[in-house]
Order: sequence, then C-alpha cells, then structure tokens
Amino acid sequence: MEFVFDREKNKEKIEELEFFIAENKDMPGILMPALQETQRIFGYLPLEMLQVISRRLSIPMSEIYGVATFYSQFSFIPKGENIISVCLGTACYVKGAQKILEEIEDQLNIKAGNTTPDLLFSIDSTRCIGDCSLAPVILINEDVYPRLKTDDIKGILDKYRKEV
Amino acid sequence: MITIEELKRIKEEQRPILEKRLIEQGNVNINEDGSIVLNGDYYKKQVRIALKNCGIIDPNNIKEYIAVDGYFALANCLINKKAKDIIEDMKASGLRGRGGAGFPTGRKWETAFLYDADQKYMICNADEGDPGAFMDRSILENDPHSVLEGMAIGGYSIGADKGFIYVRAEYPLAVRRLRAAIDQAKELGLLGNNILGTGFNFDIELRLGSGAFVCGEGTALIESIEGKRGMPRTKIYRTAHKGLWEKPTIINNVETFANVPVIFQKGVDWFRSIGTEKSPGTKVFALVGKVENAGLVEVPMGTTLREIVFDIGGGTQNGKEFKSVQTGGPSGGCIPANLIDTSVDFESLDKIGSIMGSGGMVVMDENTCMVDIARYFLDFTVDESCGKCVPCREGTKRMLETLDKIVSGKGEEEDIEKLESLSETITLGSLCGLGQTAANPVITTLKYFRDEYEAHIQDKKCPAGACVDLVEYFITDKCIGCGACARACPVDCISGAKKELHVIDQDRCIKCGACMEACPPKISAVIKR
Amino acid sequence: MSDVRLMIDGQEVVVSSETSILEAAKQIGIEIPALCYDPNLEIEAACRLCLVEIEGSNKLQTSCSTRVKEGMVVHTQSEKVVKTRKDILQLLLDSHPNDCLTCQKAGECLLQKYAYDYDLKFRVHDGAMRPQLLDTSSPYILKDNAKCILCGKCVKTCAQVSDRQVLTFAERGYETYIALDANQTLETSSCVSCNRCVTVCPVGALVDKRALGKLRSWDGSSRVINCKRCDYGCEFEIVSKDKKNIAVLAKPPTNGRPLCLKGRLNTELEYIDEPEVPYRKISGKFEETTWSKALSLDGLLEKFEKMDSLKGKTREE
Repeated sequence: MEFVFDREKNKEKIEELEFFIAENKDMPGILMPALQETQRIFGYLPLEMLQVISRRLSIPMSEIYGVATFYSQFSFIPKGENIISVCLGTACYVKGAQKILEEIEDQLNIKAGNTTPDLLFSIDSTRCIGDCSLAPVILINEDVYPRLKTDDIKGILDKYRKEV
Repeated sequence: MITIEELKRIKEEQRPILEKRLIEQGNVNINEDGSIVLNGDYYKKQVRIALKNCGIIDPNNIKEYIAVDGYFALANCLINKKAKDIIEDMKASGLRGRGGAGFPTGRKWETAFLYDADQKYMICNADEGDPGAFMDRSILENDPHSVLEGMAIGGYSIGADKGFIYVRAEYPLAVRRLRAAIDQAKELGLLGNNILGTGFNFDIELRLGSGAFVCGEGTALIESIEGKRGMPRTKIYRTAHKGLWEKPTIINNVETFANVPVIFQKGVDWFRSIGTEKSPGTKVFALVGKVENAGLVEVPMGTTLREIVFDIGGGTQNGKEFKSVQTGGPSGGCIPANLIDTSVDFESLDKIGSIMGSGGMVVMDENTCMVDIARYFLDFTVDESCGKCVPCREGTKRMLETLDKIVSGKGEEEDIEKLESLSETITLGSLCGLGQTAANPVITTLKYFRDEYEAHIQDKKCPAGACVDLVEYFITDKCIGCGACARACPVDCISGAKKELHVIDQDRCIKCGACMEACPPKISAVIKR
Repeated sequence: MSDVRLMIDGQEVVVSSETSILEAAKQIGIEIPALCYDPNLEIEAACRLCLVEIEGSNKLQTSCSTRVKEGMVVHTQSEKVVKTRKDILQLLLDSHPNDCLTCQKAGECLLQKYAYDYDLKFRVHDGAMRPQLLDTSSPYILKDNAKCILCGKCVKTCAQVSDRQVLTFAERGYETYIALDANQTLETSSCVSCNRCVTVCPVGALVDKRALGKLRSWDGSSRVINCKRCDYGCEFEIVSKDKKNIAVLAKPPTNGRPLCLKGRLNTELEYIDEPEVPYRKISGKFEETTWSKALSLDGLLEKFEKMDSLKGKTREE
C-alpha cells in the first residue's frame, strides 16, 4: 500500500486509541473491541495501530491479522472522501466502462479498490447499478455521471478536487 | 438498592402516565386484564408475547417497562423461587429455542445448572443475520428490558452472575437502546450487585459482531467474544459444560429471552395453552418478499402458512400467482403452494424439508425463479462460510458454480445429480449448523420445483422469466416504429425504419431491458419471453 | 477413567473411556484417514475425513473428536462413510494443482495416499482453484498456498511455542489462506525457520527448501538422530543417498520439543558431507553467512585455538 501513516496528523486519534487500550487492557477478549475501536477512530485498520495493539496487549500480529481479515467490517484501506463507483455491468462494459475505469485509475494513479494517498478518492468497481440506458455510468458519492467518454473524466474529478 | 415495594410504587406511578400517553396516541386498545394491544386488522389475528411491548412502551424509559409489569417476573423469581424451581418451570413450559433449532430451553438451562463451576455465563445471541429477518432487531430496539430480564432470570437459575449480549454491528440503534437499558437497569439496581436485596448479582456486557454471519452459530459466537476468528468449535464438550472461557455457558436468542419474563408473569399453564403440544407459545416471523402486507407477525405455533401469508399478509402483490414461501433463511427451504396448509411448528416444517429457523419468511410469486433463489442463498452461504471444514468451504463453492452455470443457460444433464450428491455430502459432512443446512435451499427446490431446473438445463428457458441470460426481449407487431427503443438501447442492436416494425438483434442484445422501459406504456410492444 | 468395550468394524476393542474412536481403531490396526488430526495438537475436526458411522445415529461423527462409549458399534467403511469421504477428498483435489510428478512431497503426501486408497483422480473443471501464491523468499522453507488444504496443523504447531505464533488463517471461506504475521513473507515475517510447520504439513504446501530437488521420499536411506545442540534433543532425520549424507530433515516435534534453526544447521554441519551455505535473517532479510556466525560460534573458534594452545604451552612449561 502506498499510504504513509502520518503519526503527527493522527496524534489525537492515536491518543484516543491508546486511552481505550489502557482503560480496557484487562478486559477478557479485548481484541475485537480494540479492532472495532480502531476502525471507528481511523476509518480503517492502520498497520501501525495493529502493531500498537499487538505490543500493548501482547497479542501476536498473526492473530490480529487473522481476526481482522475474518470479519467483513474491518478494512485495511482507508476510504476516500469521495467514493467513485464505476459500473461494470454488461451494458456499461460493452459501452467501454473498462476504458473509463482505466482512465480514472490513470488520473488518480491508483487501482480500483484503493484510495489515493491524500485520502481524497476511492475507486470501486460495482456490479450493474440499473442505469443501463445511461451507459457507461459512474457514481461519485450520490452523483450519477451518464454516457461518459474518457475525455470527460479529468473535468469531473477536478470538480471534487476544487470542492475540498 | 431497589426494593419490591419501590418497584410496585414505580409501576403505580407510571402506569397512568403511560395509559394517558397511549390513549392520546390512539393506536392501542387497553384491555380489561390490563394488557395493551395495537389496533388494526394486521394485529387482530396475531398473538403477541415476544413483541407484546413493541410499539407500545418507550424503550428508552425503564419505568414504562415497569408499568407493564416489567421486572416483576425477575423479582418474583429472586424472592420466591429457588434456581431449581425456575428450571422445573421452564421445562414444564415447554419453551423451545427461537433461534432455529428449537432445543427445549429448560433442559438446556438444567445442563448448565448441574455443572459445578466458579463462573458461569449467560449469553444472548443477538447476531441475527438471515437475509430478510428482523424479529430480534425489533425486540432489541423496542423492548430491550424484556431481554435483560429474561437473561437475569436465566442467570439466576443456572448460577451465572455475568451475561453477554452479542449484537451484530449492523444494528447501531439496537446497540444504543441496549446500552441505555443496561445503564438504567443498573442505576435502579435491577442489574448489578445484590439485586432487589436478594444477594443475587448479575451484570450484562455488550459485545459487538463485525460482520460474520457464522457468529450466529453458538460456538463461533463464543470464539468471537473471546476475541478470535469466529470459527465453530468441534463439539467435544457441550457449551453448557465448557463454553465461554471453558466455563458452563448458556446461549439463547433474543426472542427466547423475551418469552421468559412473560412465562413467569402469566404462568406455565397459560403459556402451554398457546401453540401446540410439542411447540408451545408463539413464533415471530418477518414476513417479506412479494407479499401485500410485509412486516413482523407473531402467531401461535401451529398456525398454518396460509393463515400467515394470506389472512395476515394479504397474499401476493398485484394479484400474481403465489408460488412458494421460504422459511429459515439460508438454512431453510422453499415450500411449494400445495403445502401451504402446513402448520408452522418445528416438527411440521422439518418434515417437509424446511426449518423454523429464526423466523424469516419470504413470499415468492410466479415471477420468482426457484433456481435463482437457491443460487441466491448459496451465494450468501459461500460468502459467509468460515472456511474451517472442507465440505462447507469447498462444497458450497462448487454448488454455487453449478447453479451459476444452470441459471446462465450452460447447465448440463448431470448437474442435477451432481447437486444432489454434493448436497448429501455437505449435509452429512459439515462441522457446524451453517454447513449442515447450507444445501437445504437446493434440496427443497430440487424436490418441489425440479421442473424449473430441467427447463433451465434442457430447454435453456427460465419459466419465471427471471434469469437474465435465459430471457429474450422481443418486439411484437404492436410496434409503431417510434424508435424510442432503438435510442435507449445501449448497444445499438435494435434496427428498423421510421414507422416500421423494429427488430432486436438477439446475438448482440445484452438483455438490460432498456428497450422495454423505453417503449411507450400504451404501446407496450416490447415483451420478455 | 474406566475401560469401555466397543465394536469397530466387527472387531471388539477395550479402551479407556477418554479414548477417541480414531485412536481406539488404531489400536486394533484400523487406520481411519485424517488430514487435520495430530495427537500432539488440539483437535479441530476440520478435514472431516475421519467421519464414521455409529449405530443409532443418522449423522456421521468425526472419529478424532468423538469419544468411545460402552457398547458403541462403529463402522469406518460403511457405504455412507465411503461415499462422503470420497466426495470430501474429491473436493480437495478439485482445488489442488495436479503437480504430483514434481512435487517434493510425492510419496509421503497424505492427500496423494488417500486419493490412491479411494481411487480418485484429478479432474478438469472450469471452477475456481486456489490462487498460485508461492513464497520463495526463504532459503529454508518453500510455501505454496495453492497446494494448501487448510488443515491448520502448521498454525497450531507454530502457536505451541509461545514466542513464535507466526502463522495464522487469514480471510475466510474459500478465500482462506495461511498467512505469516500481518501478511508478511517467510523472509520479512518473524518466522525463525524452525520448520515445525514443515514437519506437520500433510501435503506439499510447506516443504524443506534445502532438500528440494535432492531427494524423493523413497530415495536413499535415513536414520534418526537427536540434536546435540541443547538438552531438548530434538529429532532429525539424516538422509543419505549414494553413500553420502545429503539432507537433514526435522522430525515432528513431540514432548514439548521446540525445534530450531540453529540445531538443524548444527546437525547439517555435523552430518552432511557437503552442506550448503547457511543463511541468517538480519532485520527481515536472509543473508548468506558463515557457519561460525550461523551457529553463534563467531570468535569462539579463535578462542578455542588460543585456549588450547595456551594449555599446550603451560604443559610444555
């Protein structure tokens, strides 16, 4: 993963987690609540924080990783502020959705399923969203962008860059 | 510390306030015996025990729960009954676990009661996960104290001073309501140390799931509370002997606990007068799918499916033909129309290949493809299989692949046999309940709707018109040649001159249905066949 | 603990009531196939191969986790059992690469053995297979996830040594795989190359890389020795071929024996005629090293010489 976990920026969040661990470290079965708290505070499970949990609670990293990957609500990738869903349903696919996806990936320099290092965008590819007559379609957050061409992408993404 | 007198005083003080509020609201009837029921035909045919307070009391106010006799069952048990008596009463009541398997609650409690241990646990399984089921959610959100009271009674009877409620993370409101309820009960001294001055201590802690359906399985749930991967344990010991942290542990589901206080309030005989001989009491169902009045339905055991689906649910929507009702979620089966008079109790449902389950009830009509439904549930199981044992991990995957093949028109003659053989192996060979019942949706649809499988495989047709790969969009001669369909087609496979009949190129059609939507409603020239 | 009498496949056996059906059967020479069972590890009943039929019960029971009872009548080869067992094995084969020709484990692979016993073959299908994830980062262990049957023995044996616990199951369902730490490689993880996992792996998913390409299980001859490095005296197998000792293989750890890399290298140096270069892991990287460093004897050799020569001198004086 290309993310750099910024300790300085996350100082307060780290303190919040450290506090939770210190308060609850004798709770039996603490690992799940600790992971839930990490996910809640950071929006994902930063590896650096899993190491903190491992050290403070003396739980091996392997065990933490095993538990974290078992439950579907835990994620190792932070979600961006703007979530781009590229429909790869048949209609969109036939109309060139793959090219649209590639263009977005190129523009943002990340692959589908990932988040940009500045946490501004995440790309997801989805199954049919039921707007076949508008193909190819992407969703950014709740906004629908119909009948896209690859040339449109930059302008659309810029809109979200400016808003921030 | 609260006393019984104080509890009575709160009730007397709160009851008129509650009644006044309810009368102003105007949606309830207050009966002569003091019971309060919701108005309307939908509720008239129901008998509400587990849901009796839902929609009536304010779940954020413990006093309203006390005003409807809440915590008096616990008080009565603690003051007047020995642990052994409670277990005898539970056994006599015949209450069976409402989580799915229907094991007699009293017998379960007795097992834990008989083991001598320095610590025992009472766990409430609130990891309701069947798609379409939301009975437990409703109880947790609208009547959390009934669950706490049921747990405390159970805890007293087996000798546990600690309880856990394992709630799925997808129920944030339930979590908030439970937290508030536990806090209020502790504050009043109805949970915590020396409850009602009887010397009985009972504390309840919430633990949250994190998105794993298998944690509804008892031993997986225990693993999860212990902070591990939720993989079911092999049953060398019963959990009533060695469960959470190797201590005697009882797990009951939300609805089961919600029944407990009522049984002690109104008595065993009253409870046994409802339902059937072998399945006394009521069951809550989440009636969903293609039914007119969807919602929660609580009826006496032994009520027929017909009464639930038609008399209460109002039958199918838009006058479509009723085809099947699915009970028991991914572990259950699809019951065909000709068995609609089956009565709903553990034995009868088991006999026809389905299960009671936790109470999901999905109504299906002529447009539902039964192969696709089986595929849907298998897809769910494959996603949720923990991966520990081979038959479930590998077998469900192969079954899903075969079903995928069939619904996409690539099914082969031997696929049915393959499905049957795999079903048998997964059922016989899997470690936990999830795997052992995973094949039920396939087994029942093969049993009752085999012709639909055959139509998919032999004729490459989906009789319900639901399987995208097997339907064909076709323009009839009603076409006026307006061109709306051609413009809507994302792949430009519709051709035809202006004001002339248009034609769909079937080879290039991707079956998105855009043409059918685009065709003006008064023309309706595009059909699906 | 009392003795109970039961019938297994028509033979009577008397065992203590704590015994599992699988162990009871073993006592009268009936071998029940099992991939995840190991008497030294916690019982999981995950592979389901050891299912047997017990009269009076419709369900099949795993013989590794079910204890004997007085009067029990057990069938380990009934039609129902054999059908289920064959299906389970076939399911494993369907996800397993057809690589027995060159697999290092051939000949001692349990999956291969049971496939032979039950007359099963690989079959061609277009369904999913486990993704090829070969971890070649270690000079000592080769990890091939595609061959893994997820029996979990490696995870459990690794966890038995409290400061190791490197291995874990990751993800779930069909996607489950064995990971090291938080998804590290053998090289970057905290793995100490003790090879405990290699000794318990029933298939070719974890193999000793230093033996790779040198021998097949049926090759040469072997003898078992006890390691002299420390008091545990872990067992190693010295394999010889063409009158040369060519490999040292760790034997499954029993009786609390830990196994360690140093002990294995020590044994290699002692017994192998031409041992390969040793490697040391230095901050997450394997590096070639010298034997004296690998065995932590650095500086000691000079000291030996110095002390011995000093001793000689004193004697001369």
